[in-house]
Amino acid sequence: MSQDIVNSTTTTPVAPVVDRPLQAPGTRPQTGYIGKSEPRANAKRLLQGRGSYTDDLRFPRLAQVAYFRSPHAHAKIKKLDLSKARVAPGVIAVVDGYAVRDICSPWMGVLSHLKGIRSPLQFPLAIERARWQGEPVAAVVAETRAQAEDARDLVEAEWEELPVVVDMRDALAGQTVIHEELGDNICFHRELDTGEVDAAFAKADCVVEESYSFGRHTGVCLEPRIILADYNAGEHSLTVHHNTQSPHMMQQLFAKHFDIPEANIQVIAKDVGGGFGIKVHTYPDEMCTVALSIMLRRPVKFVADRMESMVSDIHAREHRVKIRLAADKAGNILAFDLDDLTAIGPYSVYPRTSGIEGNQVVNLTGGPYKHKQYRAKLDAVFTNKNVTCQYRAVGHPIAAAVTEGIVDAAAIKLGIDPAEFRRRNLIRDDAYPYTFPSGIRFEKLSHHKCLDKLLEIMDYPALRAEQAALRKKGIHRGIGLASIIEVTSPSAAFYGVGGAPISAQDGATLRLDVSGMVTVLCGVTEQGQGTDAIFGQIAATAVGVSLDKVRVLTGDTRVTPYGGGTWASRGAGIGGEAVLQSGKALKSNILDVAAAMLNVKKVTLDIIDNTIIDTTTGEKKLPLAEVGRVAYFRPDTLPMNFQSELTVTRHFVPREYAFTFANGVQGSLVEVDPDTGFIKMLKHWCVGDCGTVINPLLVDEQTRGGIVQGIGGAMFEECMYDERGQMLNANLADYLVPMSFEMPDIVTAHIETPTKTSELGAKGAGENGTAGAPAAIMNAINDALLPFNAKVRDMPFTPERVLKALGKV
Amino acid sequence: MDYEIETTMTLNGTQVTRRIAARTHLVDFLREEMGLTGSHAGCEHGVCGACTLRVNGDIVRGCLTLAVACNGKTIDTIEGVSDSGEAAEMQHAFHERNALQCGFCTPGMIMCAIDLVKNKPAAKREEIREYISGNYCRCTGYHAIVDAIEAVLISKQRLGGKS
Amino acid sequence: MKAPKFAYAKPATLPAALALLDQHGEEAKVLAGGQSLVATLNMRLSSPAILIDITGIAALSGISTANGKVRIGALTRHCDIERSAEIAKSVPLLAQAVGQIAHAAIRNAGTLGGSIAFADPAAEWPACMLAVDAEFIIAGKSGERRVQARDFFKGLYTTALQPKEILVAIEIPLLGAGYRSAFLELARRHGDYAIAGVAAIAKLDAGKFRDVRLAYLGVGATPILAKGAMAAIEGNAYSAEVVAAAQQALGRELDPIGDLYSAPPTKTHLARVLTGRALAAIAA
Ligand SMILES: Cc1cc2nc3c(=O)[nH]c(=O)nc-3n(C[C@H](O)[C@H](O)[C@H](O)COP(=O)(O)OP(=O)(O)OC[C@H]3O[C@@H](n4cnc5c(N)ncnc54)[C@H](O)[C@@H]3O)c2cc1C
Ligand code: FES
Ligand code: FES
Repeated sequence: MSQDIVNSTTTTPVAPVVDRPLQAPGTRPQTGYIGKSEPRANAKRLLQGRGSYTDDLRFPRLAQVAYFRSPHAHAKIKKLDLSKARVAPGVIAVVDGYAVRDICSPWMGVLSHLKGIRSPLQFPLAIERARWQGEPVAAVVAETRAQAEDARDLVEAEWEELPVVVDMRDALAGQTVIHEELGDNICFHRELDTGEVDAAFAKADCVVEESYSFGRHTGVCLEPRIILADYNAGEHSLTVHHNTQSPHMMQQLFAKHFDIPEANIQVIAKDVGGGFGIKVHTYPDEMCTVALSIMLRRPVKFVADRMESMVSDIHAREHRVKIRLAADKAGNILAFDLDDLTAIGPYSVYPRTSGIEGNQVVNLTGGPYKHKQYRAKLDAVFTNKNVTCQYRAVGHPIAAAVTEGIVDAAAIKLGIDPAEFRRRNLIRDDAYPYTFPSGIRFEKLSHHKCLDKLLEIMDYPALRAEQAALRKKGIHRGIGLASIIEVTSPSAAFYGVGGAPISAQDGATLRLDVSGMVTVLCGVTEQGQGTDAIFGQIAATAVGVSLDKVRVLTGDTRVTPYGGGTWASRGAGIGGEAVLQSGKALKSNILDVAAAMLNVKKVTLDIIDNTIIDTTTGEKKLPLAEVGRVAYFRPDTLPMNFQSELTVTRHFVPREYAFTFANGVQGSLVEVDPDTGFIKMLKHWCVGDCGTVINPLLVDEQTRGGIVQGIGGAMFEECMYDERGQMLNANLADYLVPMSFEMPDIVTAHIETPTKTSELGAKGAGENGTAGAPAAIMNAINDALLPFNAKVRDMPFTPERVLKALGKV
Repeated sequence: MDYEIETTMTLNGTQVTRRIAARTHLVDFLREEMGLTGSHAGCEHGVCGACTLRVNGDIVRGCLTLAVACNGKTIDTIEGVSDSGEAAEMQHAFHERNALQCGFCTPGMIMCAIDLVKNKPAAKREEIREYISGNYCRCTGYHAIVDAIEAVLISKQRLGGKS
Repeated sequence: MKAPKFAYAKPATLPAALALLDQHGEEAKVLAGGQSLVATLNMRLSSPAILIDITGIAALSGISTANGKVRIGALTRHCDIERSAEIAKSVPLLAQAVGQIAHAAIRNAGTLGGSIAFADPAAEWPACMLAVDAEFIIAGKSGERRVQARDFFKGLYTTALQPKEILVAIEIPLLGAGYRSAFLELARRHGDYAIAGVAAIAKLDAGKFRDVRLAYLGVGATPILAKGAMAAIEGNAYSAEVVAAAQQALGRELDPIGDLYSAPPTKTHLARVLTGRALAAIAA
């Protein structure tokens, strides 16, 4: 690792970099590729339209399936007549829930560590009753997708509509119960109390309270969900080409629910057009597609079209939150008190459950601050809307918005500048390790360093001065800040302990090839984050080869070591460390071969620039290709009892901390037009601390993409439903995703506080942007609205909502 | 009534003739019939821009263009502009600035970007943002894409100034 | 989703197209740029038996000026209008509006006639047509007829066009010296259909507004020519009072249908704000 990067930015300059050497013991330190903005090798073919996304693959006898989905949010299936569809041109099969039930066993989205969480059994196709508009009810398989859709239009269903529960407050009240067997509509309830909360509020000089609401979002990966299942009866094997984030998890689930030995199942995820947590769940239509392949003994493909994606991809983030904050007059936060109500649809999603998002809100609210008292209550309730589950930055945007919103409210009430108020209350950079009132532990964060850097790059005082001057001219700008913590690289405490078949550990295999090149295989997957690229950088650095000599392969259960895939910003922190350890081991093994070839002591050798060198003289001894040639083709020339091992595998899983927390802070500058309620986002800043930055180029755009996704939620996106539970904007024209014109330029900077739980020191960087952007934007808007004594609290902040806050409509 | 129509088009410089179902949009035709999987479908209702390609030199939505309506027309796809080298400079700039992540929007984005260079050679950031405003990217924050296009424009302006 | 099955024909002449329309009646749909129609087909919102692609009829495109009128063929694409020096000079309102229609790739295919025939109340062209006092030339089996823009838009997505007719061209009377125009709209994202918008034209005569036309989009089932607001301004110089009077009059003549994100009062409010801004722009 580069000495200057660490020294210039780490929070602990005293901790010498040799704590975490990136080179094998006994060899010279190498700067390598860590911290370098290297463009991604695998991006070139994507730029030329030569990706291989799942829908690009071609198979003989491929059949395509289209789903007949419930048009009602809650209804009994009185009759399902498939006869006309069955005889339509090109149709291969049309099946209902009963037929598929025999092939695929049902599932239940609960985890034992989320105490009391409940959900009914769920089947691939609805049986007897449909519980959301869009729930798959029948499957139509045909030679082409168009024919399958033609035939689908011939499916005749008779329905008896049942009372629907659409509003989460009605769900909580429980007048109508969606699953009678559960007695009420509560999926998950949690309370947390440090004690002394009421006392803190009683003695406080300043108490503020706000209620916020958050719209339902969905991920809108540009590439929709696609699965191509190919069951081979001859060997009872299943090959699934699937744009999933987690191939090994899917392998487990397929094995379990289709009763096929795990070893007979191969899940392949080549290029994946975005994930964001959408592609890491069990979807009934996908399970059904696998079942159909088994039933029909041929490959079957399902491509979700955009309109069905909108009602079947998981949704997320529909919350109503009441939050209170107590502070003393010196501006010290004493306590937070949170009440979160969230609606999760009719089922808890398997296997991650739909309780995690609310649980995260409880865990993370107030997270950056040093108060001691905290109380929280969560209810996650069933409703007759599409299911919700983990979507990028799970719970973070909610926790950050309510925290940062109420923190600003307190600052305003106390007459303290929001930046100064944060300075007084953020956990001190030297206070770690730190246990937060919710019980989570932080290894080391850098809130103050990040805030200082942010204020510097924003030129905060100048912005404030400009704001004041412009206000006099009737131009209303607002500046918003938001400090956040980010869950990254989770240990088994996240899912494994609750019984989910999800690996927190990941592995990497590195092989020296004959030509001196290095092949890397890793269980972490790539959806564009640049995983393959950073693994290449880490491997090249660890082994001592140049970047062009490394090839990375991910996304194939038959090829890579076992691993969890990509979610919760674990790729760099966990997969990266596995690659590093594997690279070090490979280097050591290469040096063994070289030492045997040269008949010298291993400690005298190192690998630099694809070459074995003498560490004392720097003299070039052997090209790596020569090591490869001898090891593979002329082992007869090596000493009799020497066996070369030029393929090594290492694994890594974080254990010391449940989560490797990262942190960051964002700043937003907006201009509100008080006549129209329109908001222009002028600029956005983000300082993130993801520990060791492996590739700034990638982290920066990852951060920006995350911010834009957060802006989407704050400003545009919402899955809207009517009182009958019909989604009103289930297409891309009406569900407004953020587009380039409205997005601001985004300035990024980094503080690096490497985690000491790994040698690489990387934390995650994937969710920071999404976590903090809504909070920063909201605070900026409310800052602009301050002179009008107006405030917005309900996301997305539509012009109408701004006008309403201003009392203009 | 003709549900299938014999259609001849010049596809990436080569003339092809096929009988095509009238309802087939151009992207499906290219992907399913011609194996040109570089053009993507992200919505099939004209909003996302993943299907952007060129018909008679103008960028259009492939998903809103019937393949049979392309009889006698010239079609250029990402594969064509890659092989001819026309997009090379833009692709290089995208690569250098990491103006793509998953790459699913990228072919459409490149088609739009090279069209911008042709039509708005003096565009500033704001105009670049406007020009690509019909191309959805969920992964990047658009910033790097704007950077890449801006870099190409600036380098072209410099070259233009020199000559 | 994939479009349902349909047949396709591409006649080379207007009579041939009309004959096909006559033959297939309501089962047929005219295909112009396809930017609205193909999207609805791909969503399976409509299922015509046959599409009659009129883009092969050369006579339906092009911009020309004669007899004090600008004639624009129905098949003239949005981008042709955008690039036309003639339009920029003679009907600047259209040049002001065109950049707000969708995005470059859609403007390269979508047509003026298609937009008028489709008659989305939030679309730019229909409102502009009211403001420029356009006349539509419509061909049917029994020949041509002319309909004034102000008589054309009947209701939500319904127009004076009969099923077997084709919109052939649009004629816009040239305005003399002293006329100014402004086109303003508010859309959540660039290129989206507007929440509300106004196409405004007036002659500035010694500082006074004359021959004022204010046409609104997004605030009713059809584009709306706001006669009351126009009357409130006619003959007056720009002032806060005049703007207020126009804004007040608007409340009586707009009848917005709420969209997903904006209720009727919001739309009326925004139309009022835009009115003030458009008048200020014209007076400036
Ligand atoms: C993502 C997106 C965003 C858009 N945003 C906007 C926007 O902001 N503002 C806007 O105004 N438009 C917008 N549009 C629509 C676009 O402008 C269309 O081009 C236009 O509405 C229809 O024109 P067309 O030539 O494509 O017609 P088509 O789609 O071919 O036809 C539309 C309808 O008109 C009929 N028709 C077409 N031409 C004739 C004719 N000559 N005679 C009789 N009937 C005819 C057709 O039968 C059909 O019913 C958008 C479209 C998309 C996909
Ligand atoms: S697929 Fe054509 S615009 Fe989305
Ligand atoms: S790179 Fe993934 S959508 Fe743009």
